[in-house]
Order: sequence, then structure tokens, then C-alpha cells
Amino acid sequence: MMRSLALAAVFVVAAFGSVQAADPAPVSITIKDRQFVPAEVTVPAGAKVELQIRNEQTTAAEFESHQMRREKVIPPGGTVSLFIGPLNPGRYEFFDDFNPKNRGVVVVK
Amino acid sequence: MLATAIIVFREVLEAALIVGIVMAASRGIRGRSAWVVGGIVGGGLGAVVVAAFAGTIAGAAAGMGQEVFNAAVLFAAVGMLGWHNIWMTRHGREMAGAATRLGAAVRAGREPLWALSFAVGLAVLREGSEIVLFLYGIAAAEDGGAGAMALGGAFGLAAGVAAGAGMYFGLVSIPLRHLFAVTSWLVLLLAAGMASQAAAFLLQADLLPALGDTLWDTSFLLNEKSIVGRVLHTLVGYTAQPAGIQLVFYLATLLVIGSLMWLVNRGAPTALQLIAYLATLAVMAILARIASPPRPARVAA
Repeated sequence: MMRSLALAAVFVVAAFGSVQAADPAPVSITIKDRQFVPAEVTVPAGAKVELQIRNEQTTAAEFESHQMRREKVIPPGGTVSLFIGPLNPGRYEFFDDFNPKNRGVVVVK
Repeated sequence: MLATAIIVFREVLEAALIVGIVMAASRGIRGRSAWVVGGIVGGGLGAVVVAAFAGTIAGAAAGMGQEVFNAAVLFAAVGMLGWHNIWMTRHGREMAGAATRLGAAVRAGREPLWALSFAVGLAVLREGSEIVLFLYGIAAAEDGGAGAMALGGAFGLAAGVAAGAGMYFGLVSIPLRHLFAVTSWLVLLLAAGMASQAAAFLLQADLLPALGDTLWDTSFLLNEKSIVGRVLHTLVGYTAQPAGIQLVFYLATLLVIGSLMWLVNRGAPTALQLIAYLATLAVMAILARIASPPRPARVAA
């Protein structure tokens, strides 16, 4: 048992060896009147990008994207950060899981 | 109202499927219903507390508290499910044997059921806190109204519970001598899927490297937005566009729990088995290395 655990530990440490390069400036999105503003943001390909999402509503929102595998609750009046990428070029949709009609897209170029 | 029902259903579904599997996996163990109900109630109360402190949690760990919290809850559940499986490896066979000979009533409740109770509680906690936040949002919004919200929520809850019950009755229709083998596999895959989800949270918080953001894309075959996609996401951790780190956590969980089950069952491994195990780990490490640089040539649709 101890041996298995030790092996697992060695493996996890090995996997963590590769760390990503420095990031570009954060990208801001605001949720206002049940809409993402802007509803389309462009980020560079192959880089890790920080999204800053501000919820100006009086109710909670949840930023979610199946394509980017992201989900994060944003309390009313709160701002949260999350990281995306490094992504390949393309269009990645996201939405508010608490109000799925509210959609947006991250364009990676 | 319909929108409310659908969103509540989606959140309930995940927890309900887990409860269904846990109920089947603990079939015939004395007092299991009380433990599972205790887990559900505890998780539900916890969900309200978590929702109430959503702002505080989100602000913790330099703004990444939510991810760290979710990952911690998922890892704790992985540990509980793993513990159950390892325990079952030792006792499941004798339980099934005793049951087929003498009937289910004979089986004694020796299983440490707190592990399963916790696993259920943690699942309810995670999904429940989102439901509370969401319903609170609707109740606070001007449109809809509290009546429609309550009705929609009740429909969603009922549909989710029905799905969990379907999972349970489907499983217990399996003959008892095979049931625990099936539930062991289900619990193992469930745990691996949770570990992969936890890795996704830590990746989102930038606490883990991606090791390749999109290893493959099977969304054209099975989209995670679809109901089948969601069910498989819960049951076996299906992800249409997984990151490398998710695969690493998925496989590592399978290997760690699987090999511990195997060690408990068979005693010490032979040299050959150990070599095979080491080779598997090495292949995984190499795969992770290969996957680590982003491949700009591939265009995501």
C-alpha cells in the first residue's frame, strides 16, 4: 500500500513539472440586466488568460462553458476571476447557468 | 417555471444518481437507509450554509475559494467512495455468498457506513448549494413569482429523484451475487470522474497546469449539454473536451483505488504485476508530457 502511494506521489510531482508561460492582461466581462457585456471577447491563442467577471445584478449568476469546462458562481454585486487556456484558435461559447438565455463567446485567435 | 424545473432537475440529477448507486452498493447492510438519509439531510443543511456564505467562499484563497472548496469536496468524496470500495473488496463476496445461501436478512452491518453517508452528503452539498443560490435569485427577481418558482423547483426535484430511483431499482434487479461487482465498478468510475472534475476546478483556478487544454473533442458524438451527456458526465466522468490534467487525475484515481482493492483482495503483488503497474504509470507520465504544449495547428470548431 505504501509503495502504491509513493508511486502515485512521484507521478503527480512529475506531472507538475511543466508550468505555463506568463499571461496577457486580464479580460473583463460584466453581467448587467441579464446580459454579458461584452458578449464576445477575443483572446490570443496558446496563452493562459484571466477572465474577470463582474455581476452587477441583484441575483447570483454562474459563468459556465462546456467547451472550456469552466463553471463559477458570481454572487450579486461580486467580481470573480478564473483562468482559461491555453486554447487553440476557435470559438468557445459560455452562458449563465442560472439564466441560460444569457450567452456569450470567447473568440481565440 | 419550466426553466426553473429544468435547472433544478439538472442539479438534482447528479446527486440523485449518486444516491441511487450508493443505496444499491450498500444493499442489505443494516441501517443503511438511516445513514443515507442522514447524509442527504446533512448535505442539504450544509448546502444552505454554503449558499449563504457564497460570497465569503468566493473571496477566499485569493479569489479562488470556490474552486478550492469544490475541489476539496470532490476529493473528499473520492476518498469516501474509494474507502467503501476497498472495504467491499474484502467483505462483498462473503456478504453476497451469505445472502444467496441464507437470505439478505442474515448480513450483518459491519461496513463503516459513515464513508457512504459522507459521500452522499458531499454530493448533495455541492449540487444543493447551487440550487439554493439559483432559487434565491429567482425569488428575489421581479418576474416569475414565488409560486411558480416553488412549483418549478418541486417538479425538478421530483424528476431528479425519479431518475435516482430508476438507477437504484435498475441496479437492484441485478442478481445479488453480481450486484456488488457491478456497484464496485460504478463507484470506481464515479470516483474517477469526480477526481477529473476536481482537477478541472483547480485548472480553472490556475493551481494546476492544463497539460493540453483539449486532448480530444467528442462533442460531435455526444454533447455534454444533452441529457445522456450529463448522465454519463456524472456516472463515468464523461467530458467531450477534456484537459490533459483531467485524464491524469482520472487514470490516477482508477489506478490508486483499483490497485488498493487488488492488494486487499490478493495480498502482495508479484514482481511481474508490479512491473506492469510501473509501466502503466510511466506511460501516463509520458502521455502527460506529450500533451503538455498547446498544439496551435489544431483548430477547435
